[in-house]
Amino acid sequence: MTIGEVIGLFLKAFIIANVVMVVFAMMTWIERRLLSFFQYRLGPNRVGPFGILQPIADLMKLIRKENFRPNSVSAVMHLVAPIVTLFFALAVFSVIPFGDQDWNLFGWHTPPGMAPDLPVGVIFAIALSGLGGYGVIVGGWASNSKYALLGALRACAQLISYEVALTLSLLPIIMMTQSLSMAQIADGHAAWSMGGWHPWFIVWAPVGFVIFLLSALAEANRAPFDHAEAEQELVGGFHTEYGGLRYAAFANAEYLHLLAISAIGVTFFLGGTSIPWMPDANAGLDLLSFFVKMAIFLFLFIWIRATVPRLRYDRLMRFGWKALLPLATLQVLATAFIVVKGWGHA
Amino acid sequence: MSSPVAGTFRGIKNTGVGLATTLRAFLGRNITEQYPEYKHPVMPRFRGRHKLHLHANGLEKCVGCSLCAAACPSDCIRVVAAENTPEHRVSAGERYAQVYEINMSRCIFCGYCEMACPFDAITLGNDWELADLNRDQMIYTKDMLLADPPTRDAVGMDRRAVTRQDADLDSPIPVWLEETVARERAQRSATDRSAKR
Repeated sequence: MTIGEVIGLFLKAFIIANVVMVVFAMMTWIERRLLSFFQYRLGPNRVGPFGILQPIADLMKLIRKENFRPNSVSAVMHLVAPIVTLFFALAVFSVIPFGDQDWNLFGWHTPPGMAPDLPVGVIFAIALSGLGGYGVIVGGWASNSKYALLGALRACAQLISYEVALTLSLLPIIMMTQSLSMAQIADGHAAWSMGGWHPWFIVWAPVGFVIFLLSALAEANRAPFDHAEAEQELVGGFHTEYGGLRYAAFANAEYLHLLAISAIGVTFFLGGTSIPWMPDANAGLDLLSFFVKMAIFLFLFIWIRATVPRLRYDRLMRFGWKALLPLATLQVLATAFIVVKGWGHA
Repeated sequence: MSSPVAGTFRGIKNTGVGLATTLRAFLGRNITEQYPEYKHPVMPRFRGRHKLHLHANGLEKCVGCSLCAAACPSDCIRVVAAENTPEHRVSAGERYAQVYEINMSRCIFCGYCEMACPFDAITLGNDWELADLNRDQMIYTKDMLLADPPTRDAVGMDRRAVTRQDADLDSPIPVWLEETVARERAQRSATDRSAKR
């Protein structure tokens, strides 16, 4: 690896990390506005045109807040938890193939995605998004508060339960593409044909898609599976004892999880950067296509949040283990049958 | 206990109905009123900030009888009466209110003072933007109540109330529901032709 490639990679990492952060800031505003529209309201529309500067106002408010730490907390762990959560949430983006063209930075060509295309990118992404749960658990435990601890315990149990269904829902596509590399999975649907068509994997594994969607909600701590911070029961859940920028780090990580899981969903089920009926998309359009598909996911998540009330906790567990897990297993078996028989393999 | 399959279908169906409902809300018109720019019009008989009135000849209608203070359930009116003299005649009666104070932070705008008053000296106006920057300013003196209500509040915003005019009065429908009610009426007349007049 030449020094040029190293600099190019750092530059790329810098760009993607910053773009993701800006998208996160915009997401907080977009989510509040969309939720308002779902409730016959207008939402924040005062700061800047259409309220688009609301995230900046929120950030200014959070920065100016006192960086308090309750007396009873474990000081180091209390400080480390939001940093850990944010780090792992951001690290997931290192393996997301945003574009399938090689990026050309000052004459250095770097492979798609932020890091070099890892041959085990999927496992890396799932592991990192799972590790994000540690920050939540540590934060809840270090807070020395019953609400925070309960929130952390719930987050822990929920993460473990739905991680299984999430991974199983991705397994059919891994089997069909015979690869764990995110870039190859994104392009993998070209190798499978359904009567001359090369549909995205959502057509091959519709049940898997639904299971992915539901467990992604649980994975990202989103309503109706937001038990880790159930406001009505647990005050703020694991971040009850956090304020100011430390709280912002938790909120940031939560949205980054959402973005990451959407990006993984796009890569697996919506054909990555490919555009239907346009197999030869150029470099500009592949980024656009990826972000449009991500936006579809995000809209879906917000729509579901605006509609479905929170499940009771035991039903959440029952749903995860007794409904999603067997269904995901059935989907894996069905796909295994297709793969072994070689149906549709172009 | 229904079967798991039936329960699953019911769950999917109900979730779909819920998603459709929220999507209709998403596509529909919002009902938010942009407050400082748009003030929801109040009815003419809306009970807001009090006013004290004068006779046409400039004498005060209030005779300092304290019936308003007696009627007040939150005990927020203070009246101190004094005798009128030929040299110093303030009101049309024997006595006048030397001090007339209403503590607006306690007032519940029930209008009992208005009803208790034998001379219609005190009425409740339409103004409702009464917020102020400290509690002392919430005690309205006689001079304040006799004068026209101020048009600007403590930070310089327009505090005048918008009152519904005669043309709006026959409709008891709140503004934010007018469109919905009109649509429902149109649907009803479309389905029920016999109702057409």
